[in-house]
Amino acid sequence: MAREASDAHITVSHLTMAYGDFLIQRDLDFSVRRGEVFIVMGGSGCGKTTLLKHMIGLKAPVSGDILYGGRSFWNATDEERELAKRQFGVLFQSGALWSSMTLAENVGLPLRLYTSIGEAEIADIVAYKLALVGLAGFGQYYPSELSGGMKKRAGLARAMALDPQILYFDEPSAGLDPLSARLLDELILELRDSLGTTVVVVSHELASIFAIGDNAVFLDADAKTQLAVGNPRQLRDSSPDPRVRRFLRRGATDDGQAVPAGVN
Amino acid sequence: MSSPPAQAASLDLLRTGEGVLKVRLAGDWLLACPVPSASAVLEQLRSASPPRRVEFECTDLGRWDTALPAALVAIRRVAEGAGVPLVDERLPPGAQRLLRLAFAVKEREGARRVHLHRSLAEQVGQATLNIRAALVALLSFIGVCSQSLLRMARGRATYQRSDLLVAIQEAGAESLPIVSLISFLIGMIFAFVGVRQLEQFGAGIYVADLVAVAMVREMAPIMTAIIMAGRTGAAYAAGLGTMKVNEEIDALSSMGVNPIDFLVLPRLLALVIMLPILTLYGSLLGILGGATVSLVMLDVSFVQYVAQTADSMQLSSLLGGLFKAFVYGSLVAVAGCEQGMACGSSAMAVGQATTRAVVMGIVLIIVSAAILTVIYITLDI
Repeated sequence: MAREASDAHITVSHLTMAYGDFLIQRDLDFSVRRGEVFIVMGGSGCGKTTLLKHMIGLKAPVSGDILYGGRSFWNATDEERELAKRQFGVLFQSGALWSSMTLAENVGLPLRLYTSIGEAEIADIVAYKLALVGLAGFGQYYPSELSGGMKKRAGLARAMALDPQILYFDEPSAGLDPLSARLLDELILELRDSLGTTVVVVSHELASIFAIGDNAVFLDADAKTQLAVGNPRQLRDSSPDPRVRRFLRRGATDDGQAVPAGVN
Repeated sequence: MSSPPAQAASLDLLRTGEGVLKVRLAGDWLLACPVPSASAVLEQLRSASPPRRVEFECTDLGRWDTALPAALVAIRRVAEGAGVPLVDERLPPGAQRLLRLAFAVKEREGARRVHLHRSLAEQVGQATLNIRAALVALLSFIGVCSQSLLRMARGRATYQRSDLLVAIQEAGAESLPIVSLISFLIGMIFAFVGVRQLEQFGAGIYVADLVAVAMVREMAPIMTAIIMAGRTGAAYAAGLGTMKVNEEIDALSSMGVNPIDFLVLPRLLALVIMLPILTLYGSLLGILGGATVSLVMLDVSFVQYVAQTADSMQLSSLLGGLFKAFVYGSLVAVAGCEQGMACGSSAMAVGQATTRAVVMGIVLIIVSAAILTVIYITLDI
């Protein structure tokens, strides 16, 4: 890959992932630059979420490593890994809010655990984060009282609580209405521009991929490895691999003909 | 990354002649460092003579993170409430955009909640009403289960035989170890107490009567039922509650399957069938426990002990004990299933439903034990 290593915020190097004997993906090799929106894409069941779990330290790789700012993540000690985890926030697929706490408590917990900010300031920060995701005034609600989309946005507010350098999103726009999905995309770009956050998004929503993606990796379930790395719009127009072009054009071939899935 | 030491953040106010409030922000506004409170601005905005507009002055503002927009959002919210316009064009462009984004979605009318303080009397009243509501819910659930049993008797209930068999195995065979242990030990404890007391009168052999009657009539049904309330009743509440959270029960209803028939009926039947059988087994183990203690502490043979036990047993005691087990089994199953089906839609709610199922099950067992004992004595069983 022709990319300066000094610029890389996250480097995935020769990563192989498996559940027991069942190989998910092998030889993944790409890097994410500081302050870019990076998309992990591919069809259902290709291991996108599994890759995310490796990147955030929930599942150990079979071989290979992930580097944060040049420092090894999986060959580090447990304490070093815990410390590295503090620099990222994660938005899980369905929010993963703690059901025994109100939204304000959910968002405030990381601030209470890891900073020495006073209660009044925490209340201000929580109100601001909830407003950013469009949930102003919902601080006293419990997760079970919210719709799926609202839970997801609240999960984002919690992921952003500590101003992380890296934000991970697992299927951010799934289950959101088009307008909320658009607002979320704008928020992702805004976080990148205003705070310089590096964003990694697992997604197969084409509209959102083209709208926000600076760079992307394409995983394939059959080949069990990455097929392409690059800007998603360029991949759509000129990827040498027909599988990648078809995916990014919703199954249409080069002459614009829609081909039913399964044919060809 | 090495960053220069942070400059202390500051916030100064300047009120000009035309009623403009100038807020001068300086230094580094970072979460990691102490940040001045915005309350001075808020006081000005809330005062009797609020400023005509608020302007910002940021020439000396250094680095900033969430600390800055969090304060700005608090200021703008109060300013909007007071009808004071906020001029944000001097703010850093990033902060301006974040501020705009934070106010992009209007706060929904009536979304904000106010915590109401309730008086003691109100809380007591509410708690009483809750108890009544719980009783009504339990009774109506018993009614629904009875209807389901009637449907089953007419062969109209939809459920899977395999579910029933699995439930019977879980409630029956898999409970044998714990029932064995508890019953055997309870029998031993009774025998210890009995030997100490009856030996003083030279009536040691009557320990056999004491253990047999106590186990068969009272202790085996109650102890087995309490074990099953903690073991199987809790499992029913947690299992059904999780299915509720995952919308599995809605999925059954939408397919036209009555969830009571499909899920509750097999569990109810399993406990109602297995609890009397486990009680019988528990009585036997209890008597064995009593025999063990008596053989060691008294001068009796095993044959003597068994003959004395057989003498003391009446069919009515045995049937009375089994009927109690039947009643307790139904109550434990109903409590577990009712709490599971009424579970809320979060992980916390499953835990609460399980707790309530066990507490309710044990309370129902003890209350019905008292009522049944009075009835038995009156009827001279």
